[in-house]
Amino acid sequence: MEFDELCDKCEEWMQPYLDRELDDAERAEAEKHLEGCGYCRKRYRFEESLRIFVRHVCSEEMPPELKQKLAALRTPL
Amino acid sequence: MSEVTPTEPQRLATEARDRVRFEEEALELSDQVYRVARRLVGSREEAEDLMQETYARAFRSWRSYTPGTNLRAWLLRILTNLNIDRGRRKQRSPEMQPLEEGDYFLYNRLEESSREPRSDQDAVVDRLSQDDVVGALSAVPHDFRDVLVLVDIGDFTYQDAAQILDIPIGTVMSRLHRGRRILKTALADQAVGG
Repeated sequence: MEFDELCDKCEEWMQPYLDRELDDAERAEAEKHLEGCGYCRKRYRFEESLRIFVRHVCSEEMPPELKQKLAALRTPL
Repeated sequence: MSEVTPTEPQRLATEARDRVRFEEEALELSDQVYRVARRLVGSREEAEDLMQETYARAFRSWRSYTPGTNLRAWLLRILTNLNIDRGRRKQRSPEMQPLEEGDYFLYNRLEESSREPRSDQDAVVDRLSQDDVVGALSAVPHDFRDVLVLVDIGDFTYQDAAQILDIPIGTVMSRLHRGRRILKTALADQAVGG
């Protein structure tokens, strides 16, 4: 089956599932559905790789001089 | 000079040790805090100022941190409060309500516009540059973006994000939901044209 009423529910779960915020029972249900449903599995893989991509390109390293400036703010002993 | 009881030097030594440990732990987390800070504000300069203000305040009020709790979340709570205080509201020009589509909007748009079958990962990476994504994220309205950055860039739980921003967890979830939809709608425009 390509699409059923569970897929609507799956769209609701998808983000909390990726956020690891579902409880055990919900996660088990979501995983069972993903295993059997190509429609949702494709979207799951996409959403997961989008998440990783966004995090990767939006992560900017801290300038090393800033770290020194922060360390200089420490209370002198 | 005040009278120092025999236990006082000991107490001071313990306090100094605790403070040094706190400062070291806070500094170790600074790279991670910066990654979040950088996406909460528009420029590197602002992020650097905000980090310095945050660490100055954290080092001053280190006693209010409870050891064993999430220090990264504690630091970000200071940082987000300072960010809100420092006239962020000023910049809040009459904000346009951004266009928002469904959760799978970006996927569907990419799928529609893709001629040959290709892997999903390539479809995103090939069509979007770093500037596209950073630009789209910075265009998400502040309230939504704060949550989005904490959860998606900072990898905080909903509960942590709720505590950092001092909002109910249900509000975290709804802002995250909307923020991601707004982001994906903007990314779809970048990837396949508006």
